[in-house]
Amino acid sequence: MLSLVRAAAAAPVLAFSWHWSLDGWIVAAGALCAMSCALIGCFLVLRKMSMMGDAISHAVLPGLAVAFLVTGSRDSLPMFIGAAVVGVLTALFTQWINRFGKVEESASMGVVFTALFAIGLILIVRAARHVDLDPGCVLYGAIELVPLDVRPVAGFMVPRAVVTLACVFLLDLLFVIAFYKELKISSFDPELATTLGINATLMHYLLMTLTAVTTVAAFESVGSILVVAMLIVPAAAAYLLTDRLSLMIALSLLLAAASAALGHVAAITVPTWFGFPDTSTAGMMAVVAGAIFTLALLLAPRHGAISKIAHRAMLSLRIVREDMLGLMYRLEELGSGAARGAPAGAGAGASGAGPSGAGPSVAGASGAGAGGSVASGGGEPYTAAAGLLREGKGIGRVTATVAIRDLLRRGQVQRSAGGYRLTPAGRDAARRLVRSHRLWEGFLQKHLNLPADHVHAPAGRLEHVTSAAMVEELDQRMDRPQLDPQGKPIPPAR
Amino acid sequence: MTMCCRTHIFAFALLLLTACGSTGAAVAPAPDTITDTSVRVPTRNEVLRVVFLLDYNTRVVVIGTTLLGFAAGTIGAFMLLRKRALLGDALSHATLPGIGLAFIIATAAGGSGKSLPILLAGAVVTGVLGVLAALAIRSFSRLKEDAALGIVLSVFFGAGVAVLGVIQKMGTGSAAGLEGFIYGKTASMLSSDAKLIAFAAAGVAVVCGLLFKEFALLCFDAGYARSEGWPVFLLDLAMMALVVAVTVIGLQAVGLILIIALLIIPAAAARFWTNRLHMMVIDSASLGAISCFLGASLSALLPRLPAGAVIVVVASSLFLFSMFFGPARGVMSRWRRQVQLTRTVNRQNLLRELYEWAESTGSDPLTTGISRAHLLRERAWSAPRLGRVLDRAERDGLIYACADGTYRATDIGWMEAARTVRNHRLWEAYLINFADIAPSHVDRDADQIEHVLGAEMVAKLEALVAREHAGPPVAPVPPSPHAIAPREIAAPTSAAARSRAGAKGGAGA
Repeated sequence: MLSLVRAAAAAPVLAFSWHWSLDGWIVAAGALCAMSCALIGCFLVLRKMSMMGDAISHAVLPGLAVAFLVTGSRDSLPMFIGAAVVGVLTALFTQWINRFGKVEESASMGVVFTALFAIGLILIVRAARHVDLDPGCVLYGAIELVPLDVRPVAGFMVPRAVVTLACVFLLDLLFVIAFYKELKISSFDPELATTLGINATLMHYLLMTLTAVTTVAAFESVGSILVVAMLIVPAAAAYLLTDRLSLMIALSLLLAAASAALGHVAAITVPTWFGFPDTSTAGMMAVVAGAIFTLALLLAPRHGAISKIAHRAMLSLRIVREDMLGLMYRLEELGSGAARGAPAGAGAGASGAGPSGAGPSVAGASGAGAGGSVASGGGEPYTAAAGLLREGKGIGRVTATVAIRDLLRRGQVQRSAGGYRLTPAGRDAARRLVRSHRLWEGFLQKHLNLPADHVHAPAGRLEHVTSAAMVEELDQRMDRPQLDPQGKPIPPAR
Repeated sequence: MTMCCRTHIFAFALLLLTACGSTGAAVAPAPDTITDTSVRVPTRNEVLRVVFLLDYNTRVVVIGTTLLGFAAGTIGAFMLLRKRALLGDALSHATLPGIGLAFIIATAAGGSGKSLPILLAGAVVTGVLGVLAALAIRSFSRLKEDAALGIVLSVFFGAGVAVLGVIQKMGTGSAAGLEGFIYGKTASMLSSDAKLIAFAAAGVAVVCGLLFKEFALLCFDAGYARSEGWPVFLLDLAMMALVVAVTVIGLQAVGLILIIALLIIPAAAARFWTNRLHMMVIDSASLGAISCFLGASLSALLPRLPAGAVIVVVASSLFLFSMFFGPARGVMSRWRRQVQLTRTVNRQNLLRELYEWAESTGSDPLTTGISRAHLLRERAWSAPRLGRVLDRAERDGLIYACADGTYRATDIGWMEAARTVRNHRLWEAYLINFADIAPSHVDRDADQIEHVLGAEMVAKLEALVAREHAGPPVAPVPPSPHAIAPREIAAPTSAAARSRAGAKGGAGA
C-alpha cells in the first residue's frame, strides 16, 4: 500500500526514493519509539530483566481483546488502558509464580506470557469475525502507515503516532530524570537501596508500569518487533561501550536513533540490490540495531571481543619475549661457568629451560648442531640460534619470529653470527626476570613449603607479573638470599 | 508418592475429559456487544467421536499434537532444570528468517517454495545460528543470559519479518501460508506431519533415555560434570539439538510463539509433582501430552477456537492446578506442611509448659489443673490462639478440661510432656556444653530445634550428657540447666540446677 503512495508521491531523486513527508515521519516515529524503549531498556538490561519487554509485548494481546470486546470499538484509549493493565499484570504474575510457586524467574515469565498470549489469541479470533483486529497487525505494527494518519498540531499536520511517541518519550525521560538516583542504586544493589530507605519493590513496579506503557504505546503505532528489539539491543550495545550509567543512557539513545534512521534506509534500499521491492521497516530497524550491536560486541574499547583478544595476544607476546630473554640469560650463565659445577649447573639449567622439558644439555647439543652458536667460551656474550629460542620454550614459529622481531625493535637483543645475543639493556631486563624467578622459587619453598622440584613452574608464571617493589619485598622477606633452591645464584638487583 | 502422582494426574485428566462439554461452554466469552459469540455445546455423540478418535482428521490432529506435547514436555524438563527455559523462545523466533529465506531460495531455484522439508531445513539452520549466537554473546561479552536471548530473539525475528516483507511483495502470491508458522495451523495437519512428529518424539525419547545420566549431571552441577571430564559443551549441544528438533517440528502444529509454551509450561508444572528427576521428566511428558490431547479435542469440538491457543490454555490450567495441588512443591502441600509444623511446635510448647509448671509448683498435673491465665502469661500466645492450641491438644487426648476451667494432663499427655521436656533439656545441655552458645540464648534455640530433633540424635545427646555428668545415668527428664525463673514459684528441683542457675545469673530472664 505504501509502495503505491510512495510511487505516486516521490520522484526518484536519490539512488532510492526518499520523500520527507513520508520517510521523514517514518524515521521520526521509529526514532522516538526506539529512544523511548532504549531509555527504559538500559535499566531492564542492568536488572537482568531484558526478556520482560518480550513477555509484555506478547502478553498484552488479551488486554487489547478485552478492551475491544468491552467497548466494542477500536478507540485507542481503552485499548491502551487494557494493554497497559495486562502488561503490569504480566510482571505481577511473573513475580507471584516466582515467589509462591518457587519457579525460576525466566520460567515463570515463560509460563505467564505464553498463557496470556494464548488467551488473547482465542479472544481475538472469536472477535475477529466482526472487526479487523488482526493479530499479525498487532505484532508487526505498521510503521509504514504512520504518515497516513495525521492530526493538526500547532498548525502542522503531524502523524498521530509521532505525537503519541513523543509524549511517551517525554514521560520516560521525566521518569528517568526524576528517579535517576533511585533507579541507579536499586538496579545495581537492591539491598543497599533498601538500607538507604529507597523502596526497591516500588521502583521495580514503577519501572514495570513504564515498560508496559512504553511497550503498548509504541507497538500500537510501530509494532512489537521494533519494541522488543529496541528495549534490549541499543541498551546492551551501550552497556558494552561504557562503564558509566549516564553515558550508557546517552549512548543507547544515540544508537537507538541511528538504528531507526539507518533501518528505514536499509528497508528501502537493501532489497532493491537483490531485485526486490522494499521490505518491512520495523524488521530492518531491528536488523540494523543487531548489526550495530555486533559491531559493539567486536569493537568496544574495553569489553569488545577484539580488544579482549588483542589484549590477550599482547600479554602472551610479552610473556614469550620475557621467556626468551630469560632463556638467553641462563644460557650465558651456563656457558660462562657462573653456575657452580657441571652437574648442579645442568640440573638447575634443566629447571630453568622451560616447560618444554628440553634441558640445556639437549638444547645445547641441538644448538651446537645448528651451528655451535650457544657456547663459545670466554667472557664473550653468547649467541643463541633462533631455532633454539623457539624449541627451548616450545613456542610456535610465527610467535617466535614476532617476539624476536619485537626484541630487536626494543634493542634488547641483537643479531650475531647466525643467531641472537643479549644487548646490555636486554641483559639488564633478563637479569631482573631471572632474579624475580629465583626469588619466587626460594619464597615458594621457604614460606609455602613447596618441594624444591615443584617451585619452577609457579615461579615461571609469577615472574611475569612481579613488580620491582614486589621483588624487593621478596628479597627482604627471605633475608636477601644468595642462592635459589636449586643452588643457582640469584642475580643482583643492579 | 510417585504412585500418588500418577493417580492425581490421571484422575484430573479424566475429570477434565468427562467435563469436556461443560468446560467448553465456560471458555467462551459472551459479551453483550458482539452479537454472535455464542458457543454451541457439542452433543454427547460429538464428544464421544472426538474422544475416541473416530474421525480421520481429528485422529491425525489429536495424535500428532499429543506426541508433540510428549516430546516437548520431555526435553522441556531438562531445559527448565538447566535454567534455559527461555532459550526455546529465542530459538523459535530465530527460525523465522530461515523459513523465509528457504522460501525465497526454493522459489528462485524454480521449485515449490512451500515444500515443507526445505522450509524446515531453513528453520533449523537459522534456529541453530540463533542458539549459537546467544551462547557466543553470553560467553564473549559481559552481557547476561537474558540480554543474549533477548537480542537474538528480537534481531532474528526482525530479520524474519523483513524477509517475509520481501516475500509478500514478490508478487507470486504464494506466501500466504508462511504466516501459519507464527500462529500455527493445527487443524490442517496432515498424516505425514503426524508421522514426522511421531518420528521426532520417538527420537527425543530415545536420546533422552540414553543420555539421561549425562543430562541429569548437566542440569544439577555442570561445573562438577566438567571437572569429571564430561564433554559439557557437546552435551549442551545435544540438548539444544533436541530442542531445535521439537521446535521446528512444532512450528507447523502450534506456531512459533506457542511452541515455547509447550517447552516451558508442562516442565514447570511437573516440578510441583515430584522432586525426583526421572519422575519429573515422565510427569512433564505426560502433562504435555495431556494438554495437547485435551486442547486439540476441545478445538475440534468447538468452532473457531485455534487449537494451538487452546492447547496452551489447557496447559496453563494444568500448571495452575499443579502449582496449588502438586504434592511435592505445590502451594497447598507446602502450606499444609507449614501448618503441621506450627501445630507440632504449639503442642510441644504447651506440654512443656505443663511439665515445667508441675515441676516448679510440685503439683501433679494428673490431679491438679493448670489455668488458662497461667498459660497466657507464660507463652506469647493470644487468647484465641491459646484456645485453638488447647482444643487441639484436647482432641488429641493429651489434656482434658475440668469443670473449674483448668486443664489436666491425661496419662498419654503426661508421658508425651516428659518426653518433650527431656528432648528439650538434652538439647539445651548440648548447646551449652558443646556448641558454645551464650546461655541467655539457649532457651530460644532449644525451643526451635527440639521440634525437629530425631530419636537418633536424642540417643547421641543422651550419651554426651551422660558422659559429661559422669555420675548416675541420665534421668528420664534431666534437670533444666537454667532456672525456670522468673516464674512465681521458683523451686529448682536439684542442687545441680541451682548451682548452674546461679552461675548463669538468671538466664531465663
